[in-house]
Amino acid sequence: MDNFQQLFQYILTGLSNGAIYALIGFGFAIIYNSTGIINFAQGEFVMLGGMLTIFFLSVFQMPLVPAILLAIVVSTGVGILFERLAIRPLKDAQPFSLIIITIGASIFLRGAAMLIWGKDTHALPAFSSNDPLYIAGATILPQHLWILGVTVLIIIASRIFFNYSVVGKAMRACSYNPRAAGLVGINVKSMVLLSFALSSAIGSLAGIIIAPLTMTSYDVGAMLGLKGFCAVIIGGMSSGMGTVFGGLLLGLLESLGAGYISASYKDAIAFIILLLILFIRPEGLFGSKETERF
Amino acid sequence: MVTVKKRQLLVFFVFAAAVLLAPFFLKGNYLLNVLVFVGINTMLAIGLNLLLGYAGQISLGHAAFFGMGAYISGIITSRFPVEPFLIIFLAALCVGVIAFIIGFPILKLKGHYLAMATLGFGIIMYIIFNETVDWTGGPSGLSGIPNLRVGSLVFDNDWNNYYLVWVFTLAVMLLSINLSRSRIGRALRAIHDSEVAARVMGVNARILKVQIFTVSAVISAVAGSLYAHVMTFIAPASFGFNFSVELLTMIVIGGLGSVYGSFLGAAILTMLPELLRVFQDLDIVIYGLMLILMTMYMPGGLIGGMEAAVRFALKKIGKGENNNAQA
Amino acid sequence: MLRLENITQVFGGLTALEDVSFSVKEGSITGVIGPNGAGKTTLFNIVTGLYTQTKGEVFLGGENISFLNTEELAKLGLVRTFQNVELFRQMTVLENVMIGLHTKSASGIFSCAFKLPGQIREEKYILQKSREWLTYTGITDLADITAGNLPFGKGRLLEISRALAAEPKIILMDEPAAGLNSRETAELASLIRKIKESGVTVVLVEHDMDLVMDICESIVVLNLGKKLAEGTPRQIQENPAVISAYLGEG
Repeated sequence: MDNFQQLFQYILTGLSNGAIYALIGFGFAIIYNSTGIINFAQGEFVMLGGMLTIFFLSVFQMPLVPAILLAIVVSTGVGILFERLAIRPLKDAQPFSLIIITIGASIFLRGAAMLIWGKDTHALPAFSSNDPLYIAGATILPQHLWILGVTVLIIIASRIFFNYSVVGKAMRACSYNPRAAGLVGINVKSMVLLSFALSSAIGSLAGIIIAPLTMTSYDVGAMLGLKGFCAVIIGGMSSGMGTVFGGLLLGLLESLGAGYISASYKDAIAFIILLLILFIRPEGLFGSKETERF
Repeated sequence: MVTVKKRQLLVFFVFAAAVLLAPFFLKGNYLLNVLVFVGINTMLAIGLNLLLGYAGQISLGHAAFFGMGAYISGIITSRFPVEPFLIIFLAALCVGVIAFIIGFPILKLKGHYLAMATLGFGIIMYIIFNETVDWTGGPSGLSGIPNLRVGSLVFDNDWNNYYLVWVFTLAVMLLSINLSRSRIGRALRAIHDSEVAARVMGVNARILKVQIFTVSAVISAVAGSLYAHVMTFIAPASFGFNFSVELLTMIVIGGLGSVYGSFLGAAILTMLPELLRVFQDLDIVIYGLMLILMTMYMPGGLIGGMEAAVRFALKKIGKGENNNAQA
Repeated sequence: MLRLENITQVFGGLTALEDVSFSVKEGSITGVIGPNGAGKTTLFNIVTGLYTQTKGEVFLGGENISFLNTEELAKLGLVRTFQNVELFRQMTVLENVMIGLHTKSASGIFSCAFKLPGQIREEKYILQKSREWLTYTGITDLADITAGNLPFGKGRLLEISRALAAEPKIILMDEPAAGLNSRETAELASLIRKIKESGVTVVLVEHDMDLVMDICESIVVLNLGKKLAEGTPRQIQENPAVISAYLGEG
């Protein structure tokens, strides 16, 4: 393989990983924008998506598509339960209480997954075939195309949802000013619930589409969740397309870094970028600055 | 006021006496070994509590400072014939300087962003512990770390290690109690409650946060050095994100902003896995549940809950007496 | 004492303050009034270093303090209270006032942890002084109550006690009478006079016109980010521009 083909290969891998990070980042941003909470349990929904699909496939012998749908439904249910039981009862909580609660939820879900499904890694079969396609000398698996395709679909769907549907607009209103939104008759509580539902659904979908490529186990959520967070920080919490760009950029940098610098420091790249962005431009590359009020 | 101060001192001396006498009742007992680690974890919990419980600044990367202390001590003393106590001091100094430098950009961040930045720092250090194999031995660990010794006294058994660790731990406890009841302790709590108001009253929040972050890191580093010498073997798995969360769990369960709460939380979390050995792997589910439930229903932790219970009981008794007097 | 020169503040294209200049005489009580959104609180945030103004300069006793930060200003003797009462809610009333003495003490982390003799002496001084300030504002009996549990009016008093404990040269009060009943407002008026008599300059932003006209020696009127008028209470009351601004609003 010549240098160009190798580069192309890295870019392809980077983009498909980046798409996953962007999807997970979306989940973070949806909750953050409606509640100001960073949901540390976000990654666990990614894990739940993959693990539940495998569970339904193997234990109930379900076909792939119903298994996937059911996994998304169950993960969304878990997200809704989490909001109802642990987030809604807290009023005017300090940020660090919310951090601790979402961390608690995260390790609880991870622990529960370990108790139920054990510590083994599992592989989900690829959605279509496993035969690689050759593009300009680089190999690409059909699953990569699935990932990119699903991500594009989700992005388009969420653009339409947030910009054109009544509910989506209401959610945006809540994120700008929850009190004013409440005054004009928007049910802020159900919008918060909806944001948790949406974000766990998107998170679990991300976990499902990547599971055939990377294998999955009870503890994949932590790292994927953090990468998703990096994506959203790079792009800026307030910017939807920024998150997509942040995810793709992160995926590319990781893949190129692993290829040309050092594979063992691959994971460190994301966090070094995270720290640099937080130190230099905490509002993200595409976010807008806010002024604190006293 | 004087009586409150005296009572606090008395409580500390009773606690210290209990700690120092405990081994005589536990000679040859497996529990003594566990209590060595309770001591180390107490130090770590107090370190984190100074930052989170007092100043209200979260850190999800404290295991990194613990690890840095352990690796600096471990690497140097296993390779060179140097005085290990000197290296503990050196490790604390190095970690302190690093914490001070990264403290400025990190503590500019607030709330969730601060949590993520410290988490990121913790993970980067964890990756470094794993990947600098030539130095740290990588994932399989670093062995051959010598025990500490003073003259002919070698700290190589549970009895000696217990006293070694607890002398350090008690010192950290006393210093933290002093600090909490001083202008600095008050200023930290003020930052916690309202940073703006604290600054308006002349509290230099930025510097003070970095200072307490540094102190907290130094305490963790000393605990790390002691850990390395007690264990004589260290591996990255002890210094990962999970341990940072475990530390957080300790102080949330024990009591945010309480020195004895830190001890209580450390004791519970160190002993729980031993008790739960029958139900293997159940511990992280329990940690998760406890984090959620304590934050929701007992934000003062067990210490806060106990204080409230005592006050409630006293009130009840007081009321009873009043009723009697009236009758 | 305090002089503002051509203060302009722009927030992302929105001009909150435009070219505001005025000065405050030492030992006086000055009121800053104006309809909602006039930029009064923004002005306080600039003077106390919480915001950095887009243009213009602030002088305190002849010294340019435009770019000093909040905690440095406290050391120079400039403190403030907040519209919504910013207490240290989890600390006791006494401890709140003790924070006021932060600039009057100097022990660092090291001497506090090791209880060095100087720190012990200082601690005694802080405690004694704080009790004196509680007596001064008349809330001694609340000393051991957690500040978060105070009724609103007492919280105000505590906030003022805490500010006084810093022994300021000038104190800025952001709507000190907001949320107080008429008896509490009368008590506040006499406290503010007492503070002034002790030689501290007072600047207040206030909506309660009776209070402002009663205690202020000079008044600055802001409207839509600009200075509309400046003068004695009588001059202000008769100023047609001020009257129309207020009538226009409501």
